[in-house]
Amino acid sequence: MEYTILILLLPAIMFIFLGLAGHKLKPKIAGIFGTISLGIVTLLSLTTAWEYFTSPRVNGVFEKIIPFNIEWLRLGEFLHIDIGILLDPISVIMLVVISLVSFMVHLYSMGYMHGEKGFQRYYAFLSLFTFSMLGLVVATNIFQTYIFWELVGVSSYLLIGFYYTKPSAIAASKKAFIVTRFADLGFLIGILVLSFYGQTFGFIDLMGGSSDLVLQGAAQKSFLGIGVLSWALGLMFIGAAGKSAMFPLHIWLPDAMEGPTPVSALIHAATMVVAGVYLVARMFPLYIVYAPGVLEIIACVGAFTALFAAIIACVQTDIKRVLAFSTISQIGFMMVALGVSTSMDAHGGLGYMASMFHLFTHAMFKALLFLGAGSIIHAVHSNEMKDMGGLRKHMPITHITFLIACLAIAGIPPFSGFFSKDEILAAAFKFSPMMGWVMTVIAGITAFYMFRLYYNIFWAKEAKHEHKPHESGYSMTVPLMVLALITCVAGFIPFGHFITANGLVYDLHLETSVALLSVGVAIISILIATIFYRKETQPIPEMLASKLKFIHKSAYKRFYIDEIYQFITHKVIFACISTPIAWFDRHIVDGFMNLMASATQKLSYLIRNFQSGRVQQYAYVFLLGIVVIVGLILLIL
Amino acid sequence: MGVELYLVISTIMLCAGIYGFLMRKNTLAMLISVELILNAADINFAVFNKFLFPNQLEGHFFTLFAIGIVAAETAIAIAIIINVYRNVQSLDVDKIDKMKH
Amino acid sequence: MDISLQNVVFIIVAIFISVFSVLTVTTKKIMRSVTYLLFVLLGTAAIYFLLGYTFLGAVQIMVYAGGVVVLLVFSIFLTKADENLNIGTKIKKVLPILLTVLIGGGLIFFIIFTHNFLPMASTDAIEELSMKTIGFALVGGGKNQYILPFEAIGVLLLACIVGGLLIARKR
Repeated sequence: MEYTILILLLPAIMFIFLGLAGHKLKPKIAGIFGTISLGIVTLLSLTTAWEYFTSPRVNGVFEKIIPFNIEWLRLGEFLHIDIGILLDPISVIMLVVISLVSFMVHLYSMGYMHGEKGFQRYYAFLSLFTFSMLGLVVATNIFQTYIFWELVGVSSYLLIGFYYTKPSAIAASKKAFIVTRFADLGFLIGILVLSFYGQTFGFIDLMGGSSDLVLQGAAQKSFLGIGVLSWALGLMFIGAAGKSAMFPLHIWLPDAMEGPTPVSALIHAATMVVAGVYLVARMFPLYIVYAPGVLEIIACVGAFTALFAAIIACVQTDIKRVLAFSTISQIGFMMVALGVSTSMDAHGGLGYMASMFHLFTHAMFKALLFLGAGSIIHAVHSNEMKDMGGLRKHMPITHITFLIACLAIAGIPPFSGFFSKDEILAAAFKFSPMMGWVMTVIAGITAFYMFRLYYNIFWAKEAKHEHKPHESGYSMTVPLMVLALITCVAGFIPFGHFITANGLVYDLHLETSVALLSVGVAIISILIATIFYRKETQPIPEMLASKLKFIHKSAYKRFYIDEIYQFITHKVIFACISTPIAWFDRHIVDGFMNLMASATQKLSYLIRNFQSGRVQQYAYVFLLGIVVIVGLILLIL
Repeated sequence: MGVELYLVISTIMLCAGIYGFLMRKNTLAMLISVELILNAADINFAVFNKFLFPNQLEGHFFTLFAIGIVAAETAIAIAIIINVYRNVQSLDVDKIDKMKH
Repeated sequence: MDISLQNVVFIIVAIFISVFSVLTVTTKKIMRSVTYLLFVLLGTAAIYFLLGYTFLGAVQIMVYAGGVVVLLVFSIFLTKADENLNIGTKIKKVLPILLTVLIGGGLIFFIIFTHNFLPMASTDAIEELSMKTIGFALVGGGKNQYILPFEAIGVLLLACIVGGLLIARKR
């Protein structure tokens, strides 16, 4: 399967080509180039998946294949950083997800970004992002993951700040980069600790490979009362939490919506933000064995984030913000699913499988939602709900696909979201009933806010438009239809045959009670939303908002988390630490240097007259010198 | 009549030459002063040779060669001065500073 | 010290040289300055004659008085040489130079008169240096003979001719 290297190389080449030569091409040609290369990559990924999952199993599991590997940097006797490709069930699934969504976004952007300044640059950055994301998922070792992890961060930064003349976009891109960079510090330290004790970076070695004994030895060591491996894995989760926007590092994701909408669909819904989930899944065997405590923390953080984001999503009015908080909430679901797994076998590891399943289905329907939102924004030129309403008559395709996605995320059968969410709830109930109920409530809230969004856009009161909104072109509606189709059928994929914690085949079966419960909750929530928001006037929500003014306002303000960050950074860090240091630097360090400089300058002004360039002055000084020297000699003798 | 009297003449000539070199601003006049200085040195060579080492002829020949070299030096110096004058229309030594800045 | 004809001539030449040396550097007209320089050079030639170095005196007159002074006169004609002859008459500028020169001259006089010269030859009876001796010494290669410097001077003069042409030629 050596051709998998092409999956990585094509986007990289396309980035270099479009980045260097893009401005010489017509925008449309550049877009076609990028889209075609991504199309080839998608085909290759699908072929890889087909070939990988049809190959015979060894001892009942799919083999891990490394079709390509080079040693890039050797650090010592054991440690060496490689660059390579590792194919195993989760990386193959991720390949499919990323290339498919990325292809759809490329295609969609041809219509959405039409006529934008910097169209070629946009496609170059998209290629860079695709390359880094693909490199991240096929990494053979943690360090390669980290390198591509940072590349993903950079390309995300570039794409959020795509409209670089807009101050809010620049602020958002900086915020995203700095917050995730902070989290990545934890990730890096985690990598160093883990590789120091594990004596390898490679995933295969770390998981049941040669370094098992080494790790078992390291598990005995502890630091501040907690095992070093727990420290390492916990720090790595901080990195994952930063990328996946877990509380309290979620603040960058809503602001990242300043970027072009297709970018939000690709990066901030379907692929990059699930990198954290992917990382935890990748390291899952280590978490299970060496740090079960960290897994519980992951579950709690995930659950809290899911609830928190879901509540905020209920009151936001910017449709992209609603979707952003919904993304945070859904990633929380995936984290919970990973966190509630208790063992590698089929029952304990149900959550692992469920989280990967949900990752897959969520990527599809959330990309669909974002692309649909993009189509709507394209039509009405606004992000705000109040500028929409009644759009179902004007945009039938967008309406239907959006509805499918809403039903999927709400968990209504037979759409894909139902199946994956059901598995997560089943795993949560297995872990503890408390967790199960909490997650069920959050699922209900999810259904509520999604249908609030849906009704506010497509029903409710029609806003006045300067010109009549119309359905988008084919380049935009085709990706919507493709994704909607996938959303309809993806739930019936026998996912347990491909990915399970221990690799053995596991037949999914719906837990009837859980399924009935979740569908019931979802339907009730949808009904409430229908009553609240379908009509042209919305008396009940307004009444509730004024009754619960405090809660409504604080949720609308996202519980003041951004303000807290502002306070801490500006009032505490800037004022108490940075300002004195800056003063010291400006006055003491610089002052010393300036003193040296001015002293040298004064001295030079003082002695510059020695170098007048006048022959006669030189001759006079020469003569004077001779007279003085001869006089002195005569005096001494 | 001793060596000293000859040396007094040459000393007067030397001092006059140095004074002129420092006082004159005109390059040609400075060149004239340089001639005086060199001449003073020539006299000294001849005098020392004649009275202190009469059996050898070093001083004599040194003076001879010095006169030849001075002639050459003067010719070159005047060529340069005339050339400079053509370019800056002045013989003032302080104004010849085009290559300084 | 009896007054011989030689002594009388010497004193006249000495006064002549001293006066014209000082006049050379103090006169306000550059043409006069050159003329006084010519007198000084002729006086120097006279001293060479007094010392018995007649060949040297002849060379002095030919090269200096005949060549150098003529060159100077011509260059003065070619330029506005009379403008800005001196650096100025301000006492602040003149006085340090004058003082330094006088002190330097005083030092030299002090050295001359305190140093005990040991004359090998009589200062009174001067013999003329024969032309034959000079000729042999100038083109001989042995001890106390000067063929090498002679050739070196020849090459130097050639270089000067080429250099002078290069500098002076019009482009």
